[in-house]
Amino acid sequence: MKFGVLQFPGSCDEVDALGAARRVGDAELIWHGERDLRGADAIVVPGGFSYGDYLRAGAIARFSPAMESVIAFAADGGLVLGICNGFQVLCEARLLPGALLGNANLRFTSRQVDLEVVEPETPFTSACAPGELLSIPAKHSSGRYYADAPTLVAMAERGQVVLRYAAGENFNGSVEDIAGVRNEAGNVFGLMPHPEHAVDELIGGSADGLGIFQSMRLALEGARA
Amino acid sequence: MPDSATLPTVEEALALGLTREEYELVCEKQGRAPNQVELAMYSLLWSEHCAYKHSRKLLRTLPTEGQYVLMGPGENAGAVDVGGGLACAFKVESHNHPSAVEPFQGAATGVGGILRDIFAIGARPIAVLDSLRFGEPSGPAGARTRYLLDGAVSGISHYGNSIGVPTVGGEVYFEDPYEQNCLVNAMALGLARSDQLVSSAAAGPGNVIVLFGASTGRDGIGGASVLASAELGAGDSDRESADMRPTVQVGDPFEEKKLLECSLELLEQGLLVSLQDLGAAGLTSSAAEMASKGEVGVDIDVTKVPLREAGMEPFEVMVSESQERMLCVVEPHNVDAVMGLCEKWEVNGAAIGKVTDSQRMRVLDGSELVGDMAVRALVDDCPLYDLHPVKPSEPIYQPPAPRLASDATPTETLLALLASPNIVSRRPLFEQYDAVVQSRTVRRPEQADAAVLALPAAEGGPVPALAVSIDGNGRRVAADPYRGTIAAVLECASNLACVGAEPLGTTNNLNFGNPEKGHIAWQLTEAVRGLGEACRVLQAPIVGGNVSLYNEGSTGPIYPTPVIGMVGRLPDAHRAGRLGFQRAGEAIALVGPFDPSLAAGELEKLHGLPLPDELEQFDLDAVRDAQLAIRDAVRAGALSSAHDIAEGGLAIALAECCLAGGLGAEVGLGEVFREHIPPPAVLFGEGPGGFLVSGQDDALLELSERVPLWVIGSVGGEALKVADPAITITLAELADAHGGLGALFS
Repeated sequence: MKFGVLQFPGSCDEVDALGAARRVGDAELIWHGERDLRGADAIVVPGGFSYGDYLRAGAIARFSPAMESVIAFAADGGLVLGICNGFQVLCEARLLPGALLGNANLRFTSRQVDLEVVEPETPFTSACAPGELLSIPAKHSSGRYYADAPTLVAMAERGQVVLRYAAGENFNGSVEDIAGVRNEAGNVFGLMPHPEHAVDELIGGSADGLGIFQSMRLALEGARA
Repeated sequence: MPDSATLPTVEEALALGLTREEYELVCEKQGRAPNQVELAMYSLLWSEHCAYKHSRKLLRTLPTEGQYVLMGPGENAGAVDVGGGLACAFKVESHNHPSAVEPFQGAATGVGGILRDIFAIGARPIAVLDSLRFGEPSGPAGARTRYLLDGAVSGISHYGNSIGVPTVGGEVYFEDPYEQNCLVNAMALGLARSDQLVSSAAAGPGNVIVLFGASTGRDGIGGASVLASAELGAGDSDRESADMRPTVQVGDPFEEKKLLECSLELLEQGLLVSLQDLGAAGLTSSAAEMASKGEVGVDIDVTKVPLREAGMEPFEVMVSESQERMLCVVEPHNVDAVMGLCEKWEVNGAAIGKVTDSQRMRVLDGSELVGDMAVRALVDDCPLYDLHPVKPSEPIYQPPAPRLASDATPTETLLALLASPNIVSRRPLFEQYDAVVQSRTVRRPEQADAAVLALPAAEGGPVPALAVSIDGNGRRVAADPYRGTIAAVLECASNLACVGAEPLGTTNNLNFGNPEKGHIAWQLTEAVRGLGEACRVLQAPIVGGNVSLYNEGSTGPIYPTPVIGMVGRLPDAHRAGRLGFQRAGEAIALVGPFDPSLAAGELEKLHGLPLPDELEQFDLDAVRDAQLAIRDAVRAGALSSAHDIAEGGLAIALAECCLAGGLGAEVGLGEVFREHIPPPAVLFGEGPGGFLVSGQDDALLELSERVPLWVIGSVGGEALKVADPAITITLAELADAHGGLGALFS
């Protein structure tokens, strides 16, 4: 299987995401100006500061030619993972519900956090156990997840909240400790923490993030079988 | 040429920072009075900041060669061989006066500037470290200190995070002499294939000079001369700060990120003859230095420079310090390809001139020649000055306000030290930095004494790694510039030893006061003597650096602050050392030729004592031998933890090892007192050569065959317990005292 990792001007974690994806499959970068997704079976929208975060994080990137193709790819049921700035882009593109606001502490904050796997039966978490705690770095200044009350109720009913910050770990002030959500169809997933930075004990302090990439591979292989 | 009626006067030259004698020398070099463009350019290139006119003679005494050195001082950054065909480029630079005037932009553009130095030699930036100095965070000037600290940290965070380069380490000290003149030094490291390092020397008459990156505006005019090469006035005067603010540049990390990727892709495709960043003195210094190194001439047409605002005068274009710009030399047939890549990365690219064989720097305004200078006169003929060092007969610095009673118990003393500004946890600061982007960071802040960054592994082999540390305790240098500087270099090397790394090379930023004053000249001379000696003994040559002088306010000079950055290598990242205790039941040992003294230490500062006249003597070779022994033991995987004993002494080192590992310790020091050192120096005294390690008994026994070693206790429990003098402090109490810095940001 092959991952396509988008690259915008201002992307910072795209090479990290590429490396993480290559631990479970093939992967290549896709330049923001291209519409051709190069036959990718899954798309990663990576972290960073696409277009300098000008206007609002993710607000410009969602209009890029590559994102137009990703929106169509998602509508066809393709797997899309958005990490940090990628999560912001997917929310701006309305592929995911809600929005990411400025951190409650009003600062860029970088911290290793524990995440609780709320929904293990998804294409992004099937390699994880229910209630498992994943140790993954989070680093952002606009990561406070917000959705209005009716949306939150609907998301809860549909099992769209995939990951929550464990007790005491929600430094950005996200509503209901939400760290990662999926769309209604279940094929688009975004999270603020960086699973691509937790794929090797040597450099991440944990390899807990690898499960997310492995789950995507399993989902695609299952779909093909 | 404009007629003589419009030529600037000598008074204008003085206002631009030249002396009367220097102005006369300029006239002699020109064979006439310089016009406005020429005067502006001479005043910048002959400034202290660009010409190192008070320090160059001293810097020549430093060791700059060694087995690992690939590129030494003189290029945009130095570079050392890290094996596997790779080079590590690194350098530290200051942005002190801009940060004192506008801390956010001053610090942000400091990071931007040092990153450009790294990618200008063809290396991808892989890490940033910072070294900061401010006044005391509490007391009368506390509010301003907190404003400066907050602004500088936010600026570094903003720029480094946005450009995707991890900030992996740093240090900050709070001392009264920095109150009016804070220090913001930034260090960057980059990685390149050794055969891809590029020089900044312009070559090939007829080749095209291309300026690419951001457009040029009126920001930062006079930054190198008026701001960086003169004393600050009463730095706490808001009015003066406001007046100086237009000399500070404004940074845009997004623009720099594009510039970085564009530069590296241009080099990767082999499209450039040479590359140079635009920093202090903008186009003037970049073009002149490229020409000087290549022994050629350059013609620059200011009408070809993309401008941010209309109506800029030629001299403004030539001296603007607008950020995020690079200058390159391109063979004519590659110009289109260069422009194509600039378009891809959405940066301006413009052919603004050409390389000539005239050895003259000529500035054209369209067809009109508006400046014409010999390159040699601009770059090499600035007069160099001898220093006139005078050892001060009276103390230069006032003692600090006392903050701890002289009869405090050992427990009270330990907690007060742990909570003091120079020792308290830096977590609220480094949590604002992305330390993990680029997937190389093996050791982050508070995990080890030095940052550790993985290098590419050979097929099937261990993962080698870089280690890097930045240090410079100005208080100890103020007490004894010679020994204090040696101690700062040793501190860096000890930090590297604790992760198992061998030093490869050193960079330094010499932050001092006004060198025209005898006592500052003495500090500088003695510090450079110590720096050279220590780097020779450690075989860690100086590959680059920076000098920042005139760091004085109305209340006097800063502490003399040589900031030392050292890069090392370890063969196996999986064995990189940690500072925290790892396993209950393991033995704890004090290791090394440690002869601590309270003189000039943090405890004396808390007691409000004046600085001593000198530091205790120490044996440089013995400290180096202890570093070698620790390094070998860490590399062998024999130690569970290794930590260098620094500010606050052994007691603070114990507390830090407990906190980092989440484990208590039980320690008895009776044997150390009897054999060696009197209390309370054994607990709180400072000095080079001491390490605190933990591990199995047999590993410590083996280490004791190479270096003095006392087993002083064992790891375990929920508290730090010291017998004789009796101290018992729970981990929670330690964490509480150590976690006080966050309150500054609330």
